[in-house]
Amino acid sequence: MSATAPQYGRGYRWRIALDAAARLATGAAAVLVIAILVIILAYMAYKGVGSLDVAFFTELPKPAGETGGGIVNAIAGSLIMLALAMAISVPVGILAAIYLSEFGTGLFAQILRFLTDVLAGIPSIVVGIFAYTLIVLPMRSFSGLAGGVALAIIMLPVVVRTSEETLRLVPQSLRDAGLAVGAPKWRVTIDVVLASAASGIATGVLLAVSRAMGETAPLLFTALGSTLWTTSLHKPMASIPAQIYSYSISPYDDWHRKAWAAAFTLVLLILALNLAVRYLTRSRHA
Amino acid sequence: MDTTVPSPQPSASLIGRLRPAHAGDFVFHAVTFVFAFSVLVLIALMLFEMLRGSWLTISRYGLAFVYGTDWNPPVERFGALPFVYGTIVSSGVALVVAVPISIAVALFVTYQAPMALRRPVISVVELLAAIPSVAFGLWGIFVLVPFMRDTVAPPFISALGWMPLFEGPSYGVGMLTSGLILAIMITPIVTAVSRDVLAAVPQHQRDGALALGATQWEAVRVVFQYALPGITGAIILGLARAVGETMAVTMVIGNRADINASLFAPGYSMASVIANEFPEANSKLYMSALIEVGVLLFLVSFGVRALAQLLVWRATRGRSIGREG
Repeated sequence: MSATAPQYGRGYRWRIALDAAARLATGAAAVLVIAILVIILAYMAYKGVGSLDVAFFTELPKPAGETGGGIVNAIAGSLIMLALAMAISVPVGILAAIYLSEFGTGLFAQILRFLTDVLAGIPSIVVGIFAYTLIVLPMRSFSGLAGGVALAIIMLPVVVRTSEETLRLVPQSLRDAGLAVGAPKWRVTIDVVLASAASGIATGVLLAVSRAMGETAPLLFTALGSTLWTTSLHKPMASIPAQIYSYSISPYDDWHRKAWAAAFTLVLLILALNLAVRYLTRSRHA
Repeated sequence: MDTTVPSPQPSASLIGRLRPAHAGDFVFHAVTFVFAFSVLVLIALMLFEMLRGSWLTISRYGLAFVYGTDWNPPVERFGALPFVYGTIVSSGVALVVAVPISIAVALFVTYQAPMALRRPVISVVELLAAIPSVAFGLWGIFVLVPFMRDTVAPPFISALGWMPLFEGPSYGVGMLTSGLILAIMITPIVTAVSRDVLAAVPQHQRDGALALGATQWEAVRVVFQYALPGITGAIILGLARAVGETMAVTMVIGNRADINASLFAPGYSMASVIANEFPEANSKLYMSALIEVGVLLFLVSFGVRALAQLLVWRATRGRSIGREG
């Protein structure tokens, strides 16, 4: 805006100054947020990289006070529980999303959408309690199964809503074309709609995994954690985030170093997944 | 991430309605319906299980559970007010810090930043949301807590220590520290939703103001009046996030069931008492009390979420936005 007219009056300078201050403030806020992210990531890298070695990824935890060892059981535990969570939440989520996008026109579908958002907003610690009362109590044991189910409940709403969004992006003309050649709706939905939305749905699943991967609260009293190597779903199971928690509140320096290394590894994995999602969605939305 | 969903459209067009019905379609419809319905069942089951698990304390203490100030499990005294208080104060601090910053960032990327900068800034803020709670907690324990204890708190206490708000010694852990960590954690969601709400304000509102000679800032104020309900929704969504946040808070709030006016005093939150004490709850009553705290948390997050959704839906006319990812 050019300021050539002199008749703006006394308040003009004040208004311009206020405008400049507001612009400066918004810019400063953006710089601050970016700086905080950089500071946290840089510090994590600084503390984490030094503690990473081959043993960290291949050995079991050492008893308290001894140095060395690794968290291979936690890495395996996280992978197992995430796999279980995916096996539950992906089929359920995709079928629910198909209902919402292909049949969901009424008030009921609208309520289900809202409830899905509610489910996404339920604190993860509450999901942990639920999995505890549902699985740990009847089975009388903390277990990887309970942890996996808790993570599945966390992932489900993310899978449902991202899949529904992707399914809705499939042009109606594709559905019409399929129906016009005489295919039943279920065939059209599976062979045409789902097939053309597959990559988008996969992206949503990645997003859900990246979210579940860092969850600690729902695992505290479901999978509990363990210092042993176990692949049994009926026994307490270690996981990377729970391991970070127990190490970070411990009094041992070596465990603190392990916590940083594990956090650095975890954050790196999650950021990589997020960047992958970003890269995959870019081509579609651009 | 673009998180808009087109408003519901008729899924079957004319051609869909004219074609003959297939038996398979009925089955397919029914199967997908069952799975969609499972979301509702899951939420109902969750509420049922938790009410069942906490029935012991609900029936024994009634409402006194919520306003009781004494939490002393060994003698079976269960008053949850210290946790409710801690949740309110730490979330309040988080909102006071995060809301102005988040709205400023949203304004920056919507109106002011050079085009080339907008996507990168948005991406960076979203990456902040991807860092897990436990990693924030780790950073909090070893960086923020010592920093608060040694650098931030002493000058406050010596200058303003006469105020109850800044009273007492500083342990580093406490309300203020957890509030600040929460502020960092809710900034992405408040920013993202505010951005969506601002984007939904009709362009002519802003154009009109600018055409009348308003400065950019004055135009923003015009836009703001329009966006206010949606921004309120964004703030409430941020609040919901802060209320449910567990790990980072548990690691830096101090875990002491006291009600203390000072921001430097250690406290406890609803989520953190569950995380911290659930594994060691050694009696049925104790367990039931912790599950009841969970029920409270569930109800609060449900109510807050419903309110926010309503406001944001109104502001963006039916688009569902601001889900965390």
